[in-house]
Amino acid sequence: MDPLLSLKDLTVQFPSTHGLLTVVDKVSFDVGRNEVVCVVGESGSGKSVTMQAAVGLVQTKGGRVTGGSVRFDGQELVGMKNRHLNRIRGNDIGFIFQEPMSSLNPAYTVGEQIAEVVRRHRGVSRAEAWKRAVEMLERVHIATAAARAHDYPHQFSGGMRQRVMIAMAIACDPKLLIADEPSTALDVTIQARILQLIKELQTASGMSVLFITHDLGVVAEIADRVVVMYGAQVVEEAGVDALFATPRHPYTTGLLRAMPQVALERGEDPVAIPGTVAQAHAWPAGCRFNPRCEFREDGPCTTGQVQLVRDDHGLVRCIRADALRTRLTQAVAA
Amino acid sequence: MTTPCLRVENLNVMYDVGKRKLHAAKDVSFEIAPGETLGLVGESGSGKSTAGLALLRLIEPSSGKIMLGDTNVATAGRRELQLLRKRMQMVFQDPYSSLNPSMTIEQLLTEPLIVHADMAASDRRAAVGKMLESVGLHAGYAARYPHEFSGGQRQRIAIARSMMLHPDLVVLDEPVSALDVSTQSQILKLLKNVQAASGTAFLLVAHDLAVVRLMSPRVAVMYLGEIVETGPSARVYDEPAHPYTAALISAVPFPDPVRQRSANRIILGGDLPSPLNPPSGCRFRTRCPFAMDICARAAPPTVQVEGGGVAACHLHTEGPKLGGRSLNAFMRERNIGAMEVTT
Repeated sequence: MDPLLSLKDLTVQFPSTHGLLTVVDKVSFDVGRNEVVCVVGESGSGKSVTMQAAVGLVQTKGGRVTGGSVRFDGQELVGMKNRHLNRIRGNDIGFIFQEPMSSLNPAYTVGEQIAEVVRRHRGVSRAEAWKRAVEMLERVHIATAAARAHDYPHQFSGGMRQRVMIAMAIACDPKLLIADEPSTALDVTIQARILQLIKELQTASGMSVLFITHDLGVVAEIADRVVVMYGAQVVEEAGVDALFATPRHPYTTGLLRAMPQVALERGEDPVAIPGTVAQAHAWPAGCRFNPRCEFREDGPCTTGQVQLVRDDHGLVRCIRADALRTRLTQAVAA
Repeated sequence: MTTPCLRVENLNVMYDVGKRKLHAAKDVSFEIAPGETLGLVGESGSGKSTAGLALLRLIEPSSGKIMLGDTNVATAGRRELQLLRKRMQMVFQDPYSSLNPSMTIEQLLTEPLIVHADMAASDRRAAVGKMLESVGLHAGYAARYPHEFSGGQRQRIAIARSMMLHPDLVVLDEPVSALDVSTQSQILKLLKNVQAASGTAFLLVAHDLAVVRLMSPRVAVMYLGEIVETGPSARVYDEPAHPYTAALISAVPFPDPVRQRSANRIILGGDLPSPLNPPSGCRFRTRCPFAMDICARAAPPTVQVEGGGVAACHLHTEGPKLGGRSLNAFMRERNIGAMEVTT
């Protein structure tokens, strides 16, 4: 079966004082039906812009999709008129963002806001939409939902607001839920429940989830498949078990070894990746990670373009991937 | 035991909210030895940052003692406080807003010397160069401005600034939480090195449990304004004796999918209660999976825990009467795995 969402060579550029910057560079990956795909990367990796571009949300921020295609459920989204996109967004594709407070309108009750989404996309009566809103609040485990639907966003805690956002995102039974760092601003005990809830809803409805995060702990918790981004490119893609057990890209192992949790487990100090994250106005030649890579070989790694190559594990963008195979696995072995 | 660098006794901080009082830190007590790091962990609203700020009188405490050596910071007058300030410093979370953008790095680092130390200009310049190098920055950066640096480098500058007067104590308020994982550990390592060289005591306020464990031999866990458990980090993390500590630790997702699937997790129900109207008895009882009747009636006793430290929980003296044993044993006994309580 065709994947639900398929990005092919998606490229996004933003104007800046340094000229036109390519912040998403030929990014390709699929999200299958009933699959949870995590895109993981640090700030500036292009993970959020990729997601925004895929659903036509970068233009408002001054960006432009300058190449590639995004197919969703058999339709091409790149170049699609906003009128048509609006029919898909919020209906077939639901969204949750990092800051639930800024995504909710403070002047309307949460029930009205969820009902509004349902009426817009389903054309049902007010009464029916309200009923649906309450039902959605129940589905995200808001206690006494019928009463709470009359409350305003400020009357909810951060974790509950995020659950309201989820209720709104799934109100039209989307085929795809896009979640951009939905638990990052929340405390860990609240995060645990939000992740559990997303998983529960995904299992129940069979929707696909595209989950963007910087936290490999969250990835391990929720992903079926993982796309690792660095410097506007996909550097590795693999099933979640394979990615953690046998990472193939030095950046992936670097991220893991930099995590305090992993270091504690191994009884060593976390190993920082030297230097700073590559910047769009000065991508290094060759592999974009090369200035920070301990395995760099001058020449092969520092010139030309490194291609994303498929093997039994998944995809990896490292010219030395085969040579490093054992060393990288050992680097993260417990 | 040597004289502690800092001894906090029954520190209370109240905020006025309209006509009501918000008890943001309630009877907080702890000690930090010279050159030691104490980790203070908790979620938002736990009062950990309030406690950190109150130590430096950046927030006025309502009552309690803050003994820095043998001086009580809490009651110090204006002049005395100014003298104390050079012995205690602070590093803030956001290196973008904590450094004055119109000052050069040299100006930022010499300011504390001008205020507090009687030094010749040439000595100050030499001190700045030396300090920059000790935080891993080129001495030639002194003439630059904060905007020319990355987040990690700015945090190095903030640390350098806090260390210029060789303080006895530095309060680190979420020093790495604004940084990317790949650069975070550079700063953690730097903090360890700086401490080893200077013998400065750290209070590390953070929500990231792994960061705290890595940096602090001892840890205190706060919930809704109170310290609920303290002890050696290894004991607290591996054998927590308070249900909140256990829940907090089990909520952190570990970067290993195979292990995640088999993890025994405590998922807390409900939300943090309003600090304006905290629950009676034990403040954690509304979210505690093991709450008993007595928890609503009486404040929990503080019990010595096997392996070091204390926990404030009724489970030790009532119900299962753990008597200072960890919760793990109890949970295994009762065969308690993942659970959720709704409130």
